[in-house]
Amino acid sequence: MNAVAAGPWAPTPLPIRGVTRETRDTFTFALDAPADGFRFAPGQFNMLYVFGVGEVPISVSGDPARPERLLHTVRAVGAVTRAMCALRRGKTIGVRGPFGHGWPLDEARGRDVLVVAGGLGLAPLRPAIYHLLRHRERYGRVAILYGARSPDEVLYRAELERWCARREVEARVIVDRAGPGWAGPVGVVPSLLARVEMSGGSTVAMVCGPEVMMRFTVRDLERLGVASERIFVSIERDMKCGLGLCGHCQLGPLFVCKDGPVLRYDRLAELIHLREV
Amino acid sequence: METLEPLLRKHPFLSGLSDEEIRFLAGCAANRRFAPGELLFREGEEASAFYLLREGRVALEVNVPGSGPFQLQSCGEGEVVGWSWLFPPYRWQLDARAVGAVAALAFDGRCLREKMEQDHDLGYALAKLMLYEVYQRLLNVRLQRLDLYRSEP
Amino acid sequence: MVQIGERVVVEREHLTDLLAALRAEGHRLIGPTVRDGAIVHAEIQGVEDLPAGWASEQEAGTYRLRRRDDGALFGYAAGSQSWKQSFFAPAARLWHGRLEGGKFLVLDEDRAPPRLALVGARACDLAALAIHDRIFLGERHVDPDYAARRGGAFVVAVQCGTPGGTCFCVSMGTGPRARHGFDLALTELLEGRHRFVVEVGSEAGAALLGRVAHVPADDGDARDADAVVEAAAGRMGRALRAEGVRDVLLRNLEHPRWDEVAGRCLACANCTLVCPTCFCATVEDTTDLAGAEAERVRRWDSCFTLDHSHLHGGPVRTSIKSRYRQWLTHKLATWIDQFGMSGCVGCGRCITWCPVGIDLTEEVAAIRAGTDSKEVL
Repeated sequence: MNAVAAGPWAPTPLPIRGVTRETRDTFTFALDAPADGFRFAPGQFNMLYVFGVGEVPISVSGDPARPERLLHTVRAVGAVTRAMCALRRGKTIGVRGPFGHGWPLDEARGRDVLVVAGGLGLAPLRPAIYHLLRHRERYGRVAILYGARSPDEVLYRAELERWCARREVEARVIVDRAGPGWAGPVGVVPSLLARVEMSGGSTVAMVCGPEVMMRFTVRDLERLGVASERIFVSIERDMKCGLGLCGHCQLGPLFVCKDGPVLRYDRLAELIHLREV
Repeated sequence: METLEPLLRKHPFLSGLSDEEIRFLAGCAANRRFAPGELLFREGEEASAFYLLREGRVALEVNVPGSGPFQLQSCGEGEVVGWSWLFPPYRWQLDARAVGAVAALAFDGRCLREKMEQDHDLGYALAKLMLYEVYQRLLNVRLQRLDLYRSEP
Repeated sequence: MVQIGERVVVEREHLTDLLAALRAEGHRLIGPTVRDGAIVHAEIQGVEDLPAGWASEQEAGTYRLRRRDDGALFGYAAGSQSWKQSFFAPAARLWHGRLEGGKFLVLDEDRAPPRLALVGARACDLAALAIHDRIFLGERHVDPDYAARRGGAFVVAVQCGTPGGTCFCVSMGTGPRARHGFDLALTELLEGRHRFVVEVGSEAGAALLGRVAHVPADDGDARDADAVVEAAAGRMGRALRAEGVRDVLLRNLEHPRWDEVAGRCLACANCTLVCPTCFCATVEDTTDLAGAEAERVRRWDSCFTLDHSHLHGGPVRTSIKSRYRQWLTHKLATWIDQFGMSGCVGCGRCITWCPVGIDLTEEVAAIRAGTDSKEVL
């Protein structure tokens, strides 16, 4: 009798160690990694499976230097993520991965680094931020710019406040709309770019957020002299496999699951402006 | 030879300029027509023209994958469309789509920039007109953002 | 024993023994047979199930069987099915699991994939299988279900003597002669004695031939066999200028022809179903009523469905235009960027089985026509 193993399609069930509520509809899950840890590159994603419901691609949002715990930040928007966000400590989530290409942390060594995040886009960038902070001496100036819809929807708020207080990085948070309790900037993320001290020429920019936000941000980065070969964005498309086998995540010739999700902007420049591609 | 000067003179945006200034600018202008649904320009492309709308309406849109084109605002007869030709990297930031049939006077962007440099008085006069347009639009965008008509508080 | 590359002659009446020998070795024969007014690929028992004396007439949106005036066993052109479904199963259970106290276990799949013998695969079909081998076996992640089914398969190819009205394998460089990917390749000869010139493609093929009466092919047999395929090459129903097609399509993504074809295309997905190289899939989740057992099943999917490009609440490719464009530019252009080869083998099935008769050779020619002589955007 031949047992045909499921191979790359089979998830590894991992227990939930803890769930943190980040905002009204967004939760961070900390999973117990297998014995030898879960190693990943910042920017990579896993396919997360909820028993009997389905599977979704979610970026890893934890610290790559702490492989004993696997973190994912999930917003409850569809059937699978809503079911996932109802799970609590002790339950299991199936994990396949890590998949894809991550942020260019090696390529950025010796250069100024600009991290620009919008909304939930901070989650795939957080592992890169941890790396940049842990290996601060390897990089030039480091700036972290984050925009959220409102103060209630700011992700990782306590951590951001700590980063804003640190002197060796320049971190700023801006919100689209704010009530009286907010003393920080109000407006859109690209408007923060003008205030950052950065040499355009050799800066590496890592941008993640809703696609329109990324397009507008890149436009402003180019205006500031950041070369499109040094701008990196993280793209989302529908995924069923994460393996380059199901065909769903195609964007022109690219499979977002294996050529991305982090992509150098010059590779995308033409594709990203076409409608319905 | 028929020139575009009469059309230029009629357009409200240029109503403050002298005949001589209009004649000077006419060298940069062309008459353009767009069919319903046709794009005047697309996000990402080289921004090369400044449009004075004569007839019809243009929708300014941004494309959101998964929800399609989202209309931010529309511009109609007597109004102007397209600012990205003014500043490097001269790339369009939005899509502009003709809602019905559109007739417009299109100024070649580079030609216009050069003329404004050549003749600083004209350049200043035009810049003031453009600044006022943009100032108005900014106020309107702020008002639009308030979402005053929504039902919940 | 016969060597790889050698050719022998097997008489018509001994073909039965060849198929019987395959069955004796434990293979399930998948071959052409007449069913519901078409020639389909199904499990067959022997020569008696083959479509003897049947031919097909194919044109855009048209497929009909007609009687031949001889007893040719393989005298038809490609039917609606290729051999895609034998290895890339239309439905394949990926794994199943059980929930126990909030934790779940992934259980081993306990199945023996059948050992298949394909009977009657044409060069275009073999080219398509080679493409799927590259996609499912030759990239970073190997698909275990495909690998298991493909591993035990024996291939009896047929050198094509009967191209159809929509065939263009010559244009795509994939036929009509099959050069690899088979264990045995048959060329059917009908003049004089009904016999087959059999080319050995592998050791397994040579070994099987040892169980079937045969004589070496002489020069006359070889010439006759070659003539059949040469004649087929001259009877293509369609042509497509493949040189430069990638650039032509990718530089003309806003060509008005896309709107024109969108006015005809129904997004019915027939073309993707019959295409031997389409590989898009989706995964379905099911559980039992108690929610304690679950399985994940991979199923064929099509880029023509609205769901295929679902993102944040809606499809990226909403219009039929964008979906037709996605299919055609993937098939003929971006496939080359992805896999180093075209995705089209020129079998013509998409033309035959399109209910409105859209012909991709015509669409490509129309887009080229407006662009060949001038600078393309």
